[in-house]
Amino acid sequence: MPFVPHTEEDIRSMLEAIGVDSIDDLFDEIPAALRHDLNEDTPLANVPEGMPESDVARLMHGRASEDGSPLCFIGAGAYEHHIPAAVWEITTRGEFYSAYTPYQAEASQGTLQLLYEFQTMMASLTGMDVSNGSLYDGASSLAEAVLMAVRANRKSKSKRILMPRTTHPHYRKTTNAIVKNQGITLEELDYDLETGHINPASLTDEPGDFAALVIPYPNFFGVLEDVDVLTDWAHAHGALVIAVVNPLALGLLKAPAQWGEKGADIVCGEGQPLGVPMASGGPYYGLMCCKQALVRQMPGRIVGRTVDLDGKPGYTLTLQAREQHIRRSKATSNICTNQGLMVTASTIHMALLGAEGLKKVAAQSHANKQDLVEKLTAIDGVKSVFNRPSFHEAVIQLEQPVADVLSSLAESNILGGYSLAEDYPELGNALLICATETKNNADLEHYAEKLQDIFTKQ
Amino acid sequence: MLIFEQSRPGRRNPIQAPAKLAETGAIPASYMREDSPTLPEASEMQVVRHYTKLSQLNFSIDTQFYPLGSCTMKYNPRACNTLASLPSFLGRHPFAPESHSQGFLGCMHDLQEMLKDVTGMKEVSLTPAAGAQGEFAGVAMIRAYHDANNDTERCEIIVPDAAHGTNPATAVMCGYKVREIPTDANGDVDLAALKEAVGPQTAGIMLTNPSTLGVFEPEIKNIADIVHKAGGLLYYDGANLNAILGKVRPGDMGFDVIHMNLHKTFSTPHGGGGPGAGPVGVSERLIPFLPIPMVTKEEDSYRWLTEEDCPQSIGRLSCFMGNAGVLMRAYIYARLLGREGMHRVAEFATLNANYMLVKMRDAGFELAYPNRRATHEFIVTLKKEAKELDATAMDFAKRLLDYGYHAPTTYFPLLVPECLLIEPTESETQEELDGFIAAMIAIKKEAEDSIEVVKGAPHTLPVRRLDDVKAARELDLTWKPHN
Repeated sequence: MPFVPHTEEDIRSMLEAIGVDSIDDLFDEIPAALRHDLNEDTPLANVPEGMPESDVARLMHGRASEDGSPLCFIGAGAYEHHIPAAVWEITTRGEFYSAYTPYQAEASQGTLQLLYEFQTMMASLTGMDVSNGSLYDGASSLAEAVLMAVRANRKSKSKRILMPRTTHPHYRKTTNAIVKNQGITLEELDYDLETGHINPASLTDEPGDFAALVIPYPNFFGVLEDVDVLTDWAHAHGALVIAVVNPLALGLLKAPAQWGEKGADIVCGEGQPLGVPMASGGPYYGLMCCKQALVRQMPGRIVGRTVDLDGKPGYTLTLQAREQHIRRSKATSNICTNQGLMVTASTIHMALLGAEGLKKVAAQSHANKQDLVEKLTAIDGVKSVFNRPSFHEAVIQLEQPVADVLSSLAESNILGGYSLAEDYPELGNALLICATETKNNADLEHYAEKLQDIFTKQ
Repeated sequence: MLIFEQSRPGRRNPIQAPAKLAETGAIPASYMREDSPTLPEASEMQVVRHYTKLSQLNFSIDTQFYPLGSCTMKYNPRACNTLASLPSFLGRHPFAPESHSQGFLGCMHDLQEMLKDVTGMKEVSLTPAAGAQGEFAGVAMIRAYHDANNDTERCEIIVPDAAHGTNPATAVMCGYKVREIPTDANGDVDLAALKEAVGPQTAGIMLTNPSTLGVFEPEIKNIADIVHKAGGLLYYDGANLNAILGKVRPGDMGFDVIHMNLHKTFSTPHGGGGPGAGPVGVSERLIPFLPIPMVTKEEDSYRWLTEEDCPQSIGRLSCFMGNAGVLMRAYIYARLLGREGMHRVAEFATLNANYMLVKMRDAGFELAYPNRRATHEFIVTLKKEAKELDATAMDFAKRLLDYGYHAPTTYFPLLVPECLLIEPTESETQEELDGFIAAMIAIKKEAEDSIEVVKGAPHTLPVRRLDDVKAARELDLTWKPHN
């Protein structure tokens, strides 16, 4: 039997010790009508017979080859970056890979110290005071940040959140799905069609009653929002500031703690660009940092440094009175399992790249995007849409339907970008493109040539 | 030593980043970062050595018996990791078009179908990222169902006092009040209390079966009738699905919605705290409300189901489809096991647990529910040892670490004093179980002869018992250069 080590003799002696005749006897407290027998009326008709590892390997290699290895210019929340070989070699060591949540701290110092190092790195990258040990992903981290802001903003007591349309559409949908049952509403804040950012002039001067303003950075179009002005406006109107960031971009761009006069209050976002493969969308991890004053409102596991009986430094989960296993219905969130292994990879990734490495990767990604936009907009029928600086993504407009162009490109094994038709119909045939440091000049040329071919053929 | 303390200014790994700092003139200076974040400056070898050494401070399934109750710490087959990490799978963008996704989507579709079959539910969505998110999805669907029927007075979720903390926390996240009901002396739901609790305000009940007390709830059909008659729905917390996998199906018990913990039952790794995967399955009436995206098969190809296909869906729970890589590992595990292997999981998990139960009882340990069979786990209460020898469940747990065994779950469920919740899983040998029992007997003897050895444990680990009070009072959550 796969992964069951029992010999016939083991089974016999164990049954004898228990004092029953068969394994089936051990299920005698379950009403007979509910029990299925493998030989008779098995409920597992749709589960195929088991296969040896070699056959399953063959099956999976076949499935993998169906998906190929296209040249990818899609970003939209998941980004292709170089990951040093050492990152996943170490991360998948059994001692990290197959350990449980570090509830027995003395037997989990490896995971706990690593998390403390992660918290330090993430807090430093965002400039914030504290970080937790991860949430599920970027989108759900925004939902948790919204719940946290409503709890934390005791002055406003509002359950309304100002949510820009420049925030990733799936982040907005996820947040709405998670917070709406608690009576929290997301009020849309529109963007400027020329610039692709929230025009500060569009913000009212009315005294607001919002618990928080969400600021995506870079925003979904790749564009850099006017973070200082937005932050100060929110604080002047009694709202907290929730920054939704790409942490890689913070290797290059101003940290949320430095936005405006007082800085962002809560920072969340997608940790994937720091050492986690795209892998069909997960597992990734949601990051969350905040000001010290808000730490008791933060959801998720947090590691603290303390001492043992001999006064020797050690690490342990702390502030557990926020969490569901202690506080039950009064917990800050229901989250239990987080994304520990992805954080392990990310910590090793950041340690290998260092601040300078992250900055170079971010700068090169930005420069490649600039190059790509230049090459593509040189084609007759392609133009740039927004006139504000952007990080490693940009929006271009095509004179042909985006869906058709993307299909043609896919036939040449190029994934040309993410269509904005569904979420931003006002932008027409708009395409969100991305280039990271993994693309070289030949890749960019190749994309431009194929796009040129498509436009020439028409 | 922390990685930061091994840093030297100017130490770099030049092969891991672009050689030159690229031009960023298009970004105004006011947007640029002026300071440099405190990240390590260490060589690749230093980093590899540091994290390898850190890993060696952990207990894990790959290195120790880990009988952590309710967590199903069974062997995580290496093939699942290797095959889920094939380059095409790791490199696939979540928004890749269906033309470049048939291999991946096929795996996800097959997994959905298998999970339907194993649980007896009518439809499955794979998207919840972990058990707690599966719970959220389940209760949100219950709410959406009542709302769709204009049945808006239902404001309570019933939760037994033995439930996981995630259950009441989830009910609150979905905007419900929590009504707790007691457990009877046998470890079952108190039926009289349940009958009293249900009414027009009841939205549903959240149950784990086998329960967190390690016993199968035999009155489950009755419970389902009582709740359904009151107009409520039944939620199944799949934390303990390993006990009945392939033998008993939640769908047959009358549940309307369930979540599975694939990081338990389908043996994907716990990774030091995650990631998990918490797919949800539903009965007929909740199908329209399932979270998106899901995968469907049309003729010979697979495609995503989104908002347009499922207008009544409770919506999205994460940016993409959840923890796809975990789902891939679960799929590979299911293909390795096959139908017979899956059926045997519950059998051997139950055999191991009952063997340990009998051996522990014969060694003089008190069982919380002595008249019941173990399911895949069981509870020992050390209240006698705590009272007579001053050796608490915590003391036994810490001393077990010295013997090379991870401790069972301690102090949960909350209603059994000084408890150890022990779950051996099917992948452990009889010798390993015997070794653990011998250690428990030895620790009891130590407690009788020299209690300080037990109270002072662990003695052989990287640190001794940690000061949790200091950790919470004098918060030190990040390293700073001066401390």
